Parts: sequence; structure tokens; C-alpha cells
Amino acid sequence: MKRTLAYIAVVVLYVLHQDIWFWRRARPFVFGFIPVGLFYHACFAVAAALVLWMLVRYAWPAHLEDEVSLEVSNVEDEAR
Amino acid sequence: MIPAIVVFIYLAVVVYIGIFAFRRSSGKAKAEDYFLANRSIGPFVFLLSLFGTNMTAFAILGSSGHAFQNGIVTFGLMASSSALVIPLSIFFIGTRMWALGKKYGFMTPVQMFRDRWECGHIGTVISIVQAVLLVPYIIIGIMGGGTTLNAISGGLVPFWFGGAIVALVVMSYVFFGGMRGTAWVNTFQTILFLVFGAIAVIVIGSAMGGFSNAVAALEKSPLATLLTRERISPYYFFSYTFIPLSAIAFPHIIIFCLTAKKMAQFKKTVIFYPLCIMAIWLPCVFLGVMANRVGDVPEIRAKQEARRNLAQQGAQMTPEARDEKREQAAGDDVLLLMLKKYAPLWLAGILGAGIMAAVMASDSQILALSTMFTEDIFAFYGGRRRFGEAVQVQTGRIFVIVLTVFAYAIALRAPETIFELAIQYAFSGFAALSPLLVAALFWRGSTKWGALAATLWTALAVAAVAIFQYFVPAPAPGPSNIIWSMGGTEILSRTPGGTAVLGFMPVVPMVIISALLMIVVSKMTAKPHSATIEKYFPAKSEA
Repeated sequence: MKRTLAYIAVVVLYVLHQDIWFWRRARPFVFGFIPVGLFYHACFAVAAALVLWMLVRYAWPAHLEDEVSLEVSNVEDEAR
Repeated sequence: MIPAIVVFIYLAVVVYIGIFAFRRSSGKAKAEDYFLANRSIGPFVFLLSLFGTNMTAFAILGSSGHAFQNGIVTFGLMASSSALVIPLSIFFIGTRMWALGKKYGFMTPVQMFRDRWECGHIGTVISIVQAVLLVPYIIIGIMGGGTTLNAISGGLVPFWFGGAIVALVVMSYVFFGGMRGTAWVNTFQTILFLVFGAIAVIVIGSAMGGFSNAVAALEKSPLATLLTRERISPYYFFSYTFIPLSAIAFPHIIIFCLTAKKMAQFKKTVIFYPLCIMAIWLPCVFLGVMANRVGDVPEIRAKQEARRNLAQQGAQMTPEARDEKREQAAGDDVLLLMLKKYAPLWLAGILGAGIMAAVMASDSQILALSTMFTEDIFAFYGGRRRFGEAVQVQTGRIFVIVLTVFAYAIALRAPETIFELAIQYAFSGFAALSPLLVAALFWRGSTKWGALAATLWTALAVAAVAIFQYFVPAPAPGPSNIIWSMGGTEILSRTPGGTAVLGFMPVVPMVIISALLMIVVSKMTAKPHSATIEKYFPAKSEA
């Protein structure tokens, strides 16, 4: 379930990247100097880090590590 | 001259790191040690080096130049889309390549393709297409080094000498240090740029009397649209999200994924990558926009004047005159000009070193080409079997020298704009090659013929766009030049910045058609033996 939610979050974030709502607006200036469109995308980068954390936490391909460990131990056994 | 001295000290440090890495190597001439640092890169170096490898001159100087011309849209266009797509591709593709490399000893993507699809010469075709798309980066890296040293020294270091120094430094640490040296240097460079990028914003901001005043003044000027995204169409903006697909298909990136000691190292890299992108791109883009408020630097005023001329009289100009004006208006050096104007000499030197760090990102590309040559060509066609592994490593080192000298010779003779264009096409080309990796790793039904079709399509499409843009000159800023329309729909247009297909950048149809060819041709052709498929999709995939 959490894995599915992480994948959905990725798709939602991709859609949110196409923010046509701030297209022609410069104001408000966040902290007095950052146009809202630029601030939105800075926040997007932070949101991307959070979504990627979700992905790492709940959808990590741990089976690949297991396969590698198995293969390495097989090779070591053969060497012995 | 002080900034130039600081930069020379930096270059000496970089060479020392490469030689130090050489002394830390295993001592035996092992291919895996030289080309992949024995698959032993630790988590900290892995994150910063992978990130630094992607931060080319194009990313640093090009981003501020693009923002100078187009405004804040540059960040959403190039940085925030990469902040999502690149770590995703590392998560899904990089981890799988790492596991296969660890299990079967692959050192290049083509080795995996050959094994996965049971092919030989088709792998050679893929390797050649990758190499042709990669070479312009190395050339432009040397050109960028020459230009930057020339600018930082106030013209005292001529372009040819600056380029030669950069080529020699990069060649030295790649030659001696191999992957270990390259990774350490990239880590050092990334730290330098992250730290001093922040200092640059503070210093330039306070020298300009605070950014609030500058932004308010810009809002009241005719350039107010630079604070919005009006200069770019939403279609173009959407198209650009396809470009970061190229990152994982770049040989130097995917090869670097094979160097991690443990797969867990990918976790921090994937999570922190977007934050690193933000830390570097946000200042570059913001300063690029703010450069428009720097009225007392003659070079920046000349750029603005050229841009005004182009907008007002561009339609009446000849294509050559328009190109000349475009070149005059280009803002790739605005960051350097602002540093020269506002930063104290010692800081300008250190920041210049930071910019040199970005410009010198061609190191990993040189090493990747050397790895591809020795593994995909030399070893595959019997070189290792006949001459041994030690000769293979020496061949790789000689290839590094030959490639650097070749790139330097071309950098001296050819105009920079040619290679800038080549890089534009290369991004689209590598994005169109990304379906190969996806198909090989995730689709049991993919075949070598599907891979060949997608590769040939990529080569053909890149060449077609280049030829089209060469023969159909770019129009003046404003409406596009429609070349082909059907039923009122614009199919193919020449835009002031490039080409549009159905309103999208060419990368969109290139990637979609490449993926379709992979699917359709694979469906029509014979699959590899079931034993090979089972090797790549073991029991878990069948369940």
C-alpha cells in the first residue's frame, strides 16, 4: 500500500511540475525578492526530495541486494 | 592577476589529487581498478561525485546565461524537472545496473546489452552512437576552460594557452588516477562550487544594494516578463521534462553507477540529489536574471542592446546578421562579469576556481570514452585475450591522451557555437537512447533488433534536426517559421531557439518513436534464449 502511495506521489509531483497557474505572475515576492514562480519550483525540488525519500523507504529494490549477496557467496564457495 | 593565480593553485591541487589517487590504487594494472575504482566508492564521494559529474559548464554558465535571456523559467525548465527525473532514473535504472555489474562484472552498458540481447556487432553500433554524441562535450569543456582562464586573468592568459592548461590538467589526473582520481576531483569540485556559490549570492546581493530593490526595479522595467514564465510556452516547458531522461543514458553516468561499494549508497544519492540541484541552480538562475539590473558593466549593456536590436529589427535582418546579434546577446559569461564587478579579487579567484571546476567536468566523459573503447571494442574484439589486462589498461591510458589532444586540436580551430548546438542535440539523443536501458532491464520481450532500430532512429533523428536547423535559419524573436502544416495544425516549425514538432521540442517525438520502435520491432523478432531471459528476470519476476 505504502509502495503504491509512493508511486502515486511521483506521478502527482510530475503533474504539479506543469504549474500553469503562476505562468504570468511575478508577485508575491517571497522574502521580498523571490518571484512566486521561482519559489514554487524551489519548493518543488524540496518536495521531490521528500517523495524520493518515500520511494527509498517503501519501494527500495532490496531483492537486488539479496541476489548480489547470493551470487557473491556462490562465487566464493566455488573458489574454495 | 590574483584571481588567475588562485585558479592556478586550484589546478595544482586537482593534479595532486589525481596523483594521490594513483598512489592509492591497488598497484596491479587491473581494468576494474583503473576504470571503476574497484567498485569501492564510498557514500559521500558517490553522492557528490555523481552530482558533480552532471554539473557541466552548460549547467553553471549556461543556466545563468539562459536566465539572463529568458528569466526565472530557466529553473523550472532545467533544474526542477531534473530534480525529479534524474534521481528517479538513478533509483530505477542505476540500482539495477549496479547489481548486474556486481554479479556479472559489466563495466559498460554495452557489455550488459550484448549479454542481455545476445548480440555482438549491434553492441558496437550502440557504443559508436554513444561515443559520437559524447565527444562534443569534451571539446566544449576545453573551450570553456580556455575562455574562463582568459576572462579571469583579464586577457593575460590567451585562449589557446588556457585551453592547453585545462586539457593537460584533466588529462593528467584521468591518466594517473582513473576513476578514483576523477571521483575525488569531482567531489572536491562539487564542494567548492556548493560553498562558494552561496558566498557569490551574498556578496553580489549586498554589492547591488540588496535584491529587493533590484527585483522591484526590474518589475517596473520593460524586462518585467523575466520575473514570470511568459517567454516560454507551456508546451516547450512540458517538452523539457524529457531532457533529463538523457542523464542515465550518458555513458559516464551509468558507468559511475557501477562504482558504488554497496547498493545502499544509492539511497542518500537519490534523496539528496534534488537538494544539491536546488543549491547550485537557484543562485545561478537568480543571478542570471539579476544581471539585467547591472547597468554599469559595458559588456552586459552591449548584450542588452543586441537583444533589443534583435527584438525590434530582427525580422528585417539577414539570417547571418541575426545569428551575429544572437551571439552578442548570449549571456553565458554574465556570472563571470558580475563576479569581476562585485567580488573582491581574492573571492573572484576562488569563485573562478569554482567555475573552472564546473567547466572541467569533461574528465568523467574522457574516462567513460576510454572505458568504452577498451571494453566494448578492444576487449570485445580479442585485445584482452591476446595481450592481457595490463596492456588493456595501458591502452585505456593512451586513449585518454589521444582523445584529449584530438579534442584540444579541434577546440582551437572550430567555432564554439557548432559544439554548443551539438550538445543541444546530444541531450535529445541520449534521452532517445534511454528506452534501451528501460527495455533491457524491465521487459523480458525486448530484442537486439528492437535495440538496433531505436539506436539507428536516434542517430537519424539527431542528424535530421541538425541538418534542418543548419539549412533553415532561425527566425527573429516572435512567431515561428512554419515549414509544414496540415489542416491548420503546425507539424514542423523553426523557432527562434530551435525546432518544434507539433509545438513540442524534438526530444518528445524522438523518445516516443524510439520507445515505439523498441516495442514494435521486438514483438516482430526472435527473443534471446530462455536461459538468458531467466538470468535477467529470475523467479521473483515470474511470480
